[in-house]
Amino acid sequence: MRAHSWFERHAQTLVGSLGRLVHTPLATLMTLSVIAIALALPLFLDVLLQNLRAATANWNQTIDMSVYMDKKAPASRTEAVAKQLRSRADVAAVRVITAEAALKEFREASGFGAALDALRDNPLPDTLVVTPTVTAATPDGTRTLEAAIVATDDVETVQLDTAWVTRLQAILDVVGRVIGLTGTLLGFGVILVIGNTIRLDILNRRAEIEVMKLVGATDGFARRPFLYSGTWYGLGGGLLAVVLCAVAVGLLTGPVERLAGLYGGPFSLRGLGWGSSVAVIAGSGGLGWLGSWLAATRHIRDIAPT
Amino acid sequence: MIVFDQVFKRYANGREALAGVSFRIEEGEMAFLTGHSGAGKSSILKLIALIERPTRGQVIVGAQNTAAIKLKGIPHFRRQLGVVFQDHKLLHDRPVGENVALPLVIAGVPRREIDKRVRAALDQVGLLTKEKSLPLELSTGEQQRVGIARAVVGKPRLLIADEPTGNLDPALALEIMELFKRFNAVGVTIMIATHDVHLLDRFAARRIVLGDGRVTAA
Repeated sequence: MRAHSWFERHAQTLVGSLGRLVHTPLATLMTLSVIAIALALPLFLDVLLQNLRAATANWNQTIDMSVYMDKKAPASRTEAVAKQLRSRADVAAVRVITAEAALKEFREASGFGAALDALRDNPLPDTLVVTPTVTAATPDGTRTLEAAIVATDDVETVQLDTAWVTRLQAILDVVGRVIGLTGTLLGFGVILVIGNTIRLDILNRRAEIEVMKLVGATDGFARRPFLYSGTWYGLGGGLLAVVLCAVAVGLLTGPVERLAGLYGGPFSLRGLGWGSSVAVIAGSGGLGWLGSWLAATRHIRDIAPT
Repeated sequence: MIVFDQVFKRYANGREALAGVSFRIEEGEMAFLTGHSGAGKSSILKLIALIERPTRGQVIVGAQNTAAIKLKGIPHFRRQLGVVFQDHKLLHDRPVGENVALPLVIAGVPRREIDKRVRAALDQVGLLTKEKSLPLELSTGEQQRVGIARAVVGKPRLLIADEPTGNLDPALALEIMELFKRFNAVGVTIMIATHDVHLLDRFAARRIVLGDGRVTAA
């Protein structure tokens, strides 16, 4: 068989199978919707998760560490430690708050002025506010930095308020895994839906397949239009899923921006993006091909002319 | 061209359709396969088209022992064969031209060649003007001729027909038979299963008569 006629045949089957789907718009639309909904659900949740990750990654960067000096250490040590920390590659800035400045601030802010006057000594230590660099502002990076600071002489304690961010990220990891599992299950669901649609299609066209086999068609030849149909279902369903996802993101954009505004941060919801959209549609097409291949291979083999 | 040697066929339900059938049809011959219904005519055609396999005995078609043809080889084997069915077995959602083209499309013949041969085949059965019609727009006799065009479009050396005139009135039946004679005249070996007595009377061709799964006259 010549390559030209091989391509010609495939092109014909390709267009023919598409025409067949367009010919029964309602049934086709129903199948596409089932596929699209099954795919759009995990897709949309994943988009939300990615946005949450992006948002919390920013929060992590704004976390500073409060380093409290030993009250028994001389004031010169505070400057020395600050200088030492500033020289570290993972530290962006170090602000020194002396015990006096802290007490003054506390006196003004708290309204306990009279009570503080009763104290003989300043109860507050010198404090260093350490801001990690952007690259070091990861859970691991801050842990390393914290350990290094704690080990420094004359440092009493380091207060690091990133534990909840770490916990949140662990939660997001779990959620991500759940979405992944759901997506996998629904992906299998898509294979089954398409496989079943193709199976019914094959049963409906049993007589036609018998005739084809009688005049010398191989199983592969009889299977081909169904493979194309299945792939079309997958591609169409994937496209519809991407559209559904985009619509959902669009509906959420306004409220999310308002919410972000209340927290004072400019944050806008990111959609699926072109690359991911194409990947989803292609992947869905692949699922369609697989589903139809499984169904068609089995059921066409079973059809024998009588 | 066709050799049956002590062929037995017993179906799964226990019915013995053929009980030791032996006959031989030479290349270029035209023969009727006849006998009352249930005598085994259909079974013989099914064995030739590899729709069924014999329980015992040898079936040789075009120098090939059919027992040696594996499942995968069946499609290719059938392409060398033209088969005409009593119920035409046309695809009703496709125009006549595409129905006739089907064996060539399946065999991977280039499109331009297909168009040429489809028109030649339709011309031979007198339906050149009906290429774009749907089968159901045609009369039964015309549909049968489409079936014949499809059977001969691949230029088979052997044509088998199962009751090709079964649903036709005598005049149309004669027309169909004239068609077969013309193909036979150009060297195609033809085997026609029929119980149409009138037809048999009008055509002088060899008869293989079946009765109760055996050849009673050849």
